Amino acid sequence: MPDHAKPTMPGLELRALTCRFGATVAVDALDLDIPAGQMLGVIGRSGAGKSTLLRMINRLQQPTAGLIRFGDTEVTALRGKALRDWRTECAMIFQQFHLVPRLDVLTNALIGRLNHRGTLSSLFGLFTEAERAMAIRALDRFGLAETALQRAGTLSGGQQQRVAICRALLQEPRILLADEPIASLDPHNARLVMDALRRVNREDGLTVLCNLHHLDTARAYCDRIVALAAGRIVFDGSARDLTAQRVFEIYGVTEDEFHEQPTLVAA
Amino acid sequence: MDVPVTMVEASFRRQRHSRRIAMLSGGAVLLLCMVVAGRVSEAYPLALLAGMPRIGDYFEKLVPHLGWSTLFAGTHTDGSLAYWMYRADSWLWLLFETSQMAALATLAGAALAFLLCFPAAANLAPNRKIHFAFRRGLELFRTVPDIVYALILVWTFGIGPLAGILAIALHTVGALGKLFAEVVENADMRPWEGVIASGGNWFQAVRFSILPQVLPNFLSYALIRFEINVRGATVIGFVGAGGIGQELYTVISFNYYQEIGAILVLIVLAVSVIDVASEALRTRAIGAVLR
Repeated sequence: MPDHAKPTMPGLELRALTCRFGATVAVDALDLDIPAGQMLGVIGRSGAGKSTLLRMINRLQQPTAGLIRFGDTEVTALRGKALRDWRTECAMIFQQFHLVPRLDVLTNALIGRLNHRGTLSSLFGLFTEAERAMAIRALDRFGLAETALQRAGTLSGGQQQRVAICRALLQEPRILLADEPIASLDPHNARLVMDALRRVNREDGLTVLCNLHHLDTARAYCDRIVALAAGRIVFDGSARDLTAQRVFEIYGVTEDEFHEQPTLVAA
Repeated sequence: MDVPVTMVEASFRRQRHSRRIAMLSGGAVLLLCMVVAGRVSEAYPLALLAGMPRIGDYFEKLVPHLGWSTLFAGTHTDGSLAYWMYRADSWLWLLFETSQMAALATLAGAALAFLLCFPAAANLAPNRKIHFAFRRGLELFRTVPDIVYALILVWTFGIGPLAGILAIALHTVGALGKLFAEVVENADMRPWEGVIASGGNWFQAVRFSILPQVLPNFLSYALIRFEINVRGATVIGFVGAGGIGQELYTVISFNYYQEIGAILVLIVLAVSVIDVASEALRTRAIGAVLR
C-alpha cells in the first residue's frame, strides 16, 4: 500500500445506489465498498450501468435512490460549493477526453485548478506562476511538456487522454474516476494511458475506479474487479478469480463474445 | 425474370408517383397563399405596372446635371461635380457621425447580448424557467423595430444622435442575443462536462469550455450587425435621431432632387467601404482567434 493511502484515509461506500431512466433501471440497488488506494476495474457489457455508476459518484448524474458516502461526507446530499469541492476531490476522465480543443494544453490542464481559485480571477485566466509550474510538471511527467502551448485539438487521442489525466491531477484529488478511458484509443496509446493510471494509483496513492470493457486490461491493471450486469454486481474479486470459465458462468457467453460490444448503446 | 429489379423498380415508381403528387399539391398551396397574401395586402400587379414609369421619373430627377465641359469647374458652375456635391463636407461629416452611431450602438448592444445569451441558451440555462425568461426578454428587445424605439427615445431625450444610438443598441441586443444563444446551443458539450466534473462553477465552465468555441462566431455576427446598423442608423435619422438620415429626410421633404441623389450616392459609397473593411477585419480577427 502506498504511503499516502494510510488505512485512516476514508474509503468510498455505496449503499443501495440506484439510478432509473424512465422505466429502465441503469444501476439497481448497488452496494459497494472501495477502500482508499485501491485500483478497481469495473467491467460489463454496454448498458450494464458502468458509466452511470461512475457519473453518479462524481454527481454528474443524480441518483434516484441510495447513498454515496466518503468518510463522514454524505456525497449524495451535497449542493453548491460543497458539491464542487467534492467533484474536485473526485476527478473524472472520459472516453472522449472532454478537453477544450481550442485552448492550449497548459490551460486545459489548469482547468483542474478552477475550484481552487476565486471565480473572478479564474475568469480572467489569471493562474499563478506556481500553478503553471505545477501543470508543466504534471505534463512533463507524462511526456507532454513540449506540447504545452499547442492547441489540445491538435494532439493525438492518447496524448489528449494523458492531458485529461494531468487536468485531473491538478485538482489534487483523492479519487480518480476513469470512464472507458481507452475505448477510443489504439492498443499502443491504450497501454500508455493505462500505465499512467497505474502510476497515479501507485505513486500518488489515488483510489482509481476504471470502467473497462476489455477483460484482459482489467486483469493486467486492477487490484480488484467488479463485474456488472443489468445494474447489479455479478462478480467481485481479484483478477485471478475472474477466469474464462467464470465469465462464461456469469454472462453465458465466451470471452470473445463478451468483447463484441453492441454499438448502438450510447455511453 | 429478374425478380429484385422488378420489385425495387415497382416500389421506386410508387415512391416517385407519391413524391410528385406531394410536390404538386405543395405548389398549389403555395400559389393559393400568394394570391391570398396579394389580395389582403393589396399588392395588385396592375398597380405595380401602372406605377413603374413613375419610379423612373423620380430617379431621373435625382440624376445630377453634369456636363463634360463643366465637370471639373468650381462650386458656382451648374453642371460641375463640385456644384452637385457643394455640401459634401457637411454630408461626409454626417455620414461619419452616422457610422459612429452605428459603431457605438453595435458595441453596446453586443456587450449586453453577450451577457444575456448564455442563460438564454437551452443547453446552459440552469433551468427551463430562466431559459424561457431570457429568451422572451431578448424577443422583447428584438421585435420592436429600432425606428419605433427611436421615436420613443427622441421624445424622451430630444432630437439628436443619442436617441438613435440607444434605439439601435436596444434592437441589437435582441437580434444579436438570439443569434449568440443559437451559436451557444450548437457548442460541443463535452468540454463543458469536463469543466463541471473537475469542480468548476457555471461561470468558469462558460468561460473555459464554451467561450473558446463560440467567440469567432460571435465576432462574425457582431460585424455583420455593424454593417446592418450603419444602414439602420441612416433610416433612423428620419425621425430626428441624428446623422445623415436627418439631412436626407429634410432634402426629400423639400424635393431638393439633386441633393437627394448626391446623398444617396455618398451613402452607397460609405456602406460599400464599411462592408469591405469589416469583411477584411472579420477574416483577420477570426484567424487570430482561431490560432
